[in-house]
Amino acid sequence: MSPLLDVHELSASYGRAQVLFDISLQVQPGEVVALIGRNGAGKTTTLKAIMGLVSARADRLTFKGQSIVGRPTYGIARLGLGYVPEDRRIFTDLTVAENLEVGRQAQRGGRSPWDLTRLFALFPNLAEMRGRRGGHMSGGEQQMLAIARTLMGNPEAILLDEPSEGIAPVIVQTMAQAVRAMKAEGVAVLLSEQNWAFAAAIADRTCVIERGSVRFQGTTADFLKDEALRTETLGV
Amino acid sequence: MDLSFVAIQALSGLASASSLFITACGLTLVFGVTRIVNFAHGSLYMVGAFTAATLVPWLLEFSFGPVSFWAGILLSAMIVGLLGVVIEVLLLRRIYGAPELFQLLATFGVVLVLQDLVVQVFGPQDILGPRAPGLRAPVEILGRRFPSYELVLIAAGPVVLGAVWWLLRRTRFGILVRAATQDRDMVAALGVNQALLFTGTLFLGAFLAGLGGALQIPRVAANTGMDLSIIAECFVVTVVGGMGSVPGAFLAALIIGQLQAFGILIFPKSTLIVVFLLMALVLAVRPSGFFGRPEILASGHAVGIVSRRPTPYGRMLAAIVLACLAALPLLGDAYLLKVATEILVFALFAFSLQLLIGVGGLVSFGHAAFFGLGAYGSALAVRWLGAPMEAALPAGLVLSGLGAALIGAFVVRLSGIYLAMMTLAAAQILYAVAFQWVEVTGGDNGIVGIWPSAWAAPRDAYYWLTLILTAATVFVLTRVIDSPFGYTLRAARDSESRAEAIGIAVRQQRWLAFVLAGAAAGIAGSLYAFSRGSVDPSLLGIPTSVDALTMLLLGGIQTIAGPLVGSAVLHTMRDQVMPVTALWRLVLGSSIIAMVLIFPRGLVGTIRYWREDRA
Repeated sequence: MSPLLDVHELSASYGRAQVLFDISLQVQPGEVVALIGRNGAGKTTTLKAIMGLVSARADRLTFKGQSIVGRPTYGIARLGLGYVPEDRRIFTDLTVAENLEVGRQAQRGGRSPWDLTRLFALFPNLAEMRGRRGGHMSGGEQQMLAIARTLMGNPEAILLDEPSEGIAPVIVQTMAQAVRAMKAEGVAVLLSEQNWAFAAAIADRTCVIERGSVRFQGTTADFLKDEALRTETLGV
Repeated sequence: MDLSFVAIQALSGLASASSLFITACGLTLVFGVTRIVNFAHGSLYMVGAFTAATLVPWLLEFSFGPVSFWAGILLSAMIVGLLGVVIEVLLLRRIYGAPELFQLLATFGVVLVLQDLVVQVFGPQDILGPRAPGLRAPVEILGRRFPSYELVLIAAGPVVLGAVWWLLRRTRFGILVRAATQDRDMVAALGVNQALLFTGTLFLGAFLAGLGGALQIPRVAANTGMDLSIIAECFVVTVVGGMGSVPGAFLAALIIGQLQAFGILIFPKSTLIVVFLLMALVLAVRPSGFFGRPEILASGHAVGIVSRRPTPYGRMLAAIVLACLAALPLLGDAYLLKVATEILVFALFAFSLQLLIGVGGLVSFGHAAFFGLGAYGSALAVRWLGAPMEAALPAGLVLSGLGAALIGAFVVRLSGIYLAMMTLAAAQILYAVAFQWVEVTGGDNGIVGIWPSAWAAPRDAYYWLTLILTAATVFVLTRVIDSPFGYTLRAARDSESRAEAIGIAVRQQRWLAFVLAGAAAGIAGSLYAFSRGSVDPSLLGIPTSVDALTMLLLGGIQTIAGPLVGSAVLHTMRDQVMPVTALWRLVLGSSIIAMVLIFPRGLVGTIRYWREDRA
C-alpha cells in the first residue's frame, strides 16, 4: 500500500542553523503516528515544513502521491492535509461558529463530511459556546476548537502539534477520544508529543526524533518494549 | 453664537465626517488584511472624483435624473475598485513580505505615477461635477439654509458602515477577511487562497476610496491636490481609530468632523492643528488608537546598519573623496558647483534620516519637518530679526532641534507603522502652518532674500562652507553610530523588549536619536535656504520626506555610504530627466517601484552583497 504522506530526507534551516537533518517518515491511510522527542528536537519544525510554513528541502515529499514541495500552504491544505498548530492560533475576535466557518472547505471524495452537528457531538462543550469569542475560551476549549476547525475542511490526514500541551488532564482525555474518533472516521493523524503516556495510548506507530534526526521508527509496541532506548531518548 | 449656527456647523461636520469615514474605512480594511498602509489610497479617491466628474455629466446627457447620477457615482467607484485590483496584482502582491518602509515607498511610487496619469487622462484643469438632480435646492433648518446634498452625505456614512458591518459579519468573505486580519498564515493553513482574499479586499478598499471621491463632485471640484490632502486626513482617522478597525474609523471620523467644524472658530487658519492635538492626545493615552491592538508582528523585519569595524581602506577612500570634492571649485563650472552644493545638502539630509531608520529602526515618514524647520528657522531669523547668516544658521539648528524634541516626545511612544504615520502627520501640520500663517511665513510664496554673508556669497566659497559643515556633521553622526549610544539604538531596533530587559531606556534613547537626527536635518535645511535664497512650504511637504527616503533606499539602508551615494544618483538623475520630459513624476514613481522590487538592498548594499557573496 502506498503511504498517504511520504516524507523522505527532509531538511530545514532557520538562517544558518540547520534544525532538521534528513527526516524520513511515512503515514498510512487511517493510521495514528506519534512524533516524539524532547523540547527543541524538531517536532514542530517537521510539521511546519510539511505544511510549507517554513522553507525546507526534501528528496521526496508527497501527499496522496502528489509532490507538495514548493506548493503554497493553502494548496497543501486543499489537498486534504489539515494542520493544528501548537499554539492553536484561534481567531480570538471571531466566534466559535465563525472560527469553524473559516475552516470549512468544499467536500472532497465520497467521504461523509464533518459538519457542525457531528463536531458538536464530538466536542459537546463547543456546542454550548457557539456565539462566544475565541479569546474568551480556556486553553482546552481553544484546543478543541482548533481541532474542530481543521476537521471542517474534511482532511484525510491531520498534523496535530502537541495537542496535550498546556491543558487540564481531564481535557487530555477528551483529546485522546477525539484522536480515536478521527481514526475511526479514517482520518490519519501525525501528532507531535512530549507527553509520552498520551502518545503511547493512541499511536499505532512511533517515530522518535532527536536533535533533528530520526532516532527510531516502528510500532508503538516495539518502542514500549525497548526500555533502554526509551530511557535514553525520553528519560522515562 | 446662536443655536441655529451651532446646528448648521454640527451638520456640516457630520457631512465631512461621513465622506472621510467612507474613504478611511477602505484604507483601514486594506491595512487590516494586507498589513500594507496604502499611500495610494488618496490617489484612488482622486481618481474616483475625476472619473465621476467626467462620467456623470455624460450619463446625464442620456437621461437626466437621479438614477443616472447615482449610477454614475457607483460606476465610478467600481472602476476605481478595478484599478485597486490592478495595483494589487501588479505590485502589492510582490511586497507583502517586505519591510514596511519599502511598502510605503512603493505605494508612494504609485501616488506619483497616478498624479501624472490623471493629468494625462483628465487634463490639467479642475473639474466641477454636476449637482445631484432633485437635491439642488437647499433645505431650511432653524431658519438657516443648508444644502440638501449634505444631508444625503450625512446618511451615506452610516449606510456604508452598516453595509461593511453586514459584509464582515454575515458573509463568508467577511469572516475570512476578519480571520486574515488576525492571522494570515493560519488562514492559509486552513486552505484559503490568500491571493484571492487580498485581491478582493483591495477591490473593496479601492471601491470605498473611489466612492468617497465620487461623492465629492457636487461639493468640490476634482483637482490634482486632493490625493495628498485626503491621505493625511485618512492617516489621522485610521491611527486615532486604531489601524484595521472599522468602528474605530467611524468614531474617529465623527470626532474629527466635529473638531474641524468647530475648530474653525478657534484657529480660523488651520483646523489641522486641532486635529493633530486630538491625535497626540489619543495616542498618548492609547498608543494603538481607540480600537486598535498593539502591533505584534512587524519586529522581524528590521533592516539596518550592522556592526562593522572602520577599515584603513575605508578611511583612505573617504579622504580621497573628500579631497576630490574640495578640489571641485577648481574646475570653475558655476552650474556644476550649484548642483554639487545641493547634492551635499541632500546627502546630509538623507544621512540624518539614516540615523533614525538604519540605526534606530524608526521609519520616519516626515523627516521633511526638520529639514523645513531648519530652513524656516534661518529664514525667519533673517526676515524678522535681521540676523546675518552666521547667526541665522544656528537659529535653524535650534528650531529644528526643538521641533524634533517636541515631535519626538510623542512619536517615540509608538512603533512601526504608527510611528511612520504620526511623523508624516506631524510634518503635514507644519506644512499647513507654513502655508496658512501668511503674516509670518509668507504663505505659499515663502520668504525670499535669504542670502549668505558677503564672504560666503561667491559660489565656490558657499560650496566649501557646505562641504565643511556637511562633512563635519556626517563625521559626528558616524561617531555617534559607532558609539555605545549607537549600539543601544541598534539593540532596540533589533528587539525592543530584549533591549529593555537589559536595562536600556528605549524611549529615552530614541528620543535622543530624534533630536540628533532632527538637528542634523535642520543644518541641511538651513544650508539649502541660503543656497537658494528663499524658503517655501514645499520644503516641509511629503515629497521632500520621500526624496530623503528614496535617496536612502537607492543607496541602501544597511550602509553608511548609502545615503550619500543615493543623494548623488537621485539628484543627477532628476537633473537629467526633468528637462526632457513633462512626466518626471511618472518616471520617478516607476523608478521607485522598480527599485523596491529589484534592488531592495539599494545600490551600495547590493554591491556589498555581491562582494560578500563571492568572498
